[in-house]
Amino acid sequence: MIRYLTRRLLGALGVLLAVAAVTFLIFHVMPADPAQAACGKNCSTERLAAVRQYMGLDQPLPVQFGAFLTGIFAGRTLGTGQYAVDCGFPCLGYSYAYSEPVWDLLVARLPVSVSLALGAAALWLLFGLTSGVTAALRKDSLTDRTLMVGAVTAASMPVYFTAGLLILLFIKTLEILPYPGYVPIAEDPLGWAGNLLLPWCALAFLYAAMYTRQSRTAMIETMSEPYIRTARAKGLPERTVVLKHGLRAGLTPILTIFGMDLAGLLAGAVITEQIFGLPGVGQFFHKALTTGDQPVVLGVTLLAASFIVVANLLVDLLYAVVDPRVRY
Amino acid sequence: MPTLTQATGPGGGPTPVAGNPTEPEASTWRLLRTQLCARASVRVSLVVVVLLVLMALTAPWLTALGGWGPEEFDKSAIDPYLGGMPVGSFGGISTDHWFGVEPLTGRDLFARVVYGARVSLLIAFLATTLVVVVGTAAGIAAGYFGGRVDTVLSRLMDLTMSFPALIFMIAMMSVARDVNRVLLMTAVIGLFGWPGVARVVRGQTLSLRRREYVEAARLAGASPWYVLTRAVLPGVSGPLIAYTTLLVPGMISTEAALSFLGVGVQPPTPSWGQLIAESYQFYETDPMFFIIPTTFLVLAVLAFTLLGDALRDLLDPRTDPRSGRS
Repeated sequence: MIRYLTRRLLGALGVLLAVAAVTFLIFHVMPADPAQAACGKNCSTERLAAVRQYMGLDQPLPVQFGAFLTGIFAGRTLGTGQYAVDCGFPCLGYSYAYSEPVWDLLVARLPVSVSLALGAAALWLLFGLTSGVTAALRKDSLTDRTLMVGAVTAASMPVYFTAGLLILLFIKTLEILPYPGYVPIAEDPLGWAGNLLLPWCALAFLYAAMYTRQSRTAMIETMSEPYIRTARAKGLPERTVVLKHGLRAGLTPILTIFGMDLAGLLAGAVITEQIFGLPGVGQFFHKALTTGDQPVVLGVTLLAASFIVVANLLVDLLYAVVDPRVRY
Repeated sequence: MPTLTQATGPGGGPTPVAGNPTEPEASTWRLLRTQLCARASVRVSLVVVVLLVLMALTAPWLTALGGWGPEEFDKSAIDPYLGGMPVGSFGGISTDHWFGVEPLTGRDLFARVVYGARVSLLIAFLATTLVVVVGTAAGIAAGYFGGRVDTVLSRLMDLTMSFPALIFMIAMMSVARDVNRVLLMTAVIGLFGWPGVARVVRGQTLSLRRREYVEAARLAGASPWYVLTRAVLPGVSGPLIAYTTLLVPGMISTEAALSFLGVGVQPPTPSWGQLIAESYQFYETDPMFFIIPTTFLVLAVLAFTLLGDALRDLLDPRTDPRSGRS
């Protein structure tokens, strides 16, 4: 177990390093010049050179990358002299547009994205798994067919379509919900949930449909296993067979998908946050793209990648807990 | 659980590698066609797919029939006193403009949707082709050669899958300047899509590698290229075709998502995603402009998904074809 864990941790670190290198390369080889972006349109040649030197862009690429990596683990000071700014651990860079370290900016916006992702995940797990398992247990019945037609249709609707319809219906026509803002959960839990209700639903709709399809397939497969027949044959009530023997094995594959989906949304619900105007990481990312704030873009990409890597690791470890056949 | 591929494909039957493979192949495909056509969902989605592709191919003639080009402005179709909203109800739908017009510009929505189909489907098909070619090559090589090749390729797959794909695609699309955006988008989408195909193909190849007919071909002195293309590839093709069909809707959605965020196809070139992005500014005042392109997008995604589902039921050895719609 310890050996496995060490190997996995080292592997995860390697992946993050590779992601960082690739991201770094893309943004420094691509034609958009960060110094130009920071300096503005009316920038003289000397001033541009000064900015380049200040931002360390005159250094060779490996040196820049090395400095960036050191910054993440030990923090760093950017620039020199009176313009020096301190960027403490974990330094993902410094946003010149906001005059703040990227990490602080991200931390300030993360609660919004986490609230959005976790709420939506709870909804789609509840509805997706319930309808998937129901459909699987009543295979080929009318319920099954209705659910599956609904699921395949819903899975074809992009999130902006669902979001648009929800806004039109609940905010513009019925006027029963306010246009979403963000209220921290610590301040006003009810307001927090009320404001996030529509974004949750919009996001969960698509995922619930996909989970319905996946959990149905997985459950059908599990319920036709010999050990389920054994469980039935030894006289266990159907309830126990399904809940204790069926669900556990049937839903383990869903865990992998869930880990990836949730991790992807923590820093990647760009469209949903954009449509509902939620000030989360996704919207921040989109804004940074349009203003050419490259340190932010780089920071968000790395953050998103680390979520995925960590989720992957957690899922694999959880597997051993959920599925007794898996041992490391 | 006997499936089509196993029952009559090159793996199960006495098909000799160097023999004439057309005969059993043909019957496999005939059987597949009969089983596919037995399903109503397949017939309907096939018609939708064919119509959409035809629409994209014949865009110039269709728009000639409609009378308006995709980039032609019609100032008479919008009302300057209403902030440039279309004249008439339902987004300005009339005998002149079949799907109504775009607000502010008065461009014909029918022409833009038809031309948008070209761009959206082109990107989806190109990206799918790229992903399938690269993924198959990588998967078959990893599965067949094993050892170090497998280790390196599998690591590369894991690594690619650890990238936050959407975030990366958005970032890459936004830093690129002065390039053919259709080609760039294809490349960027393809870059993150191939590991999925590669994993399916690798798994399938692993199970085929030790089959007698593959061993026989190898012992008979066939070159690796011959064994891979004539013995392994046909055995892989069933699940691959199903997986490929299921890739297309994802590609269509990704193109739309990128264009929706403003980093994909740039105006005035229309694509469905780009049209939806534009319509989003007006969807409260002019819902038809939003609903029409979205309907086409949803229809296309739905049709390809249904088709892929049916193919997977019949072609993927992991699903039992008798169990029906899974």
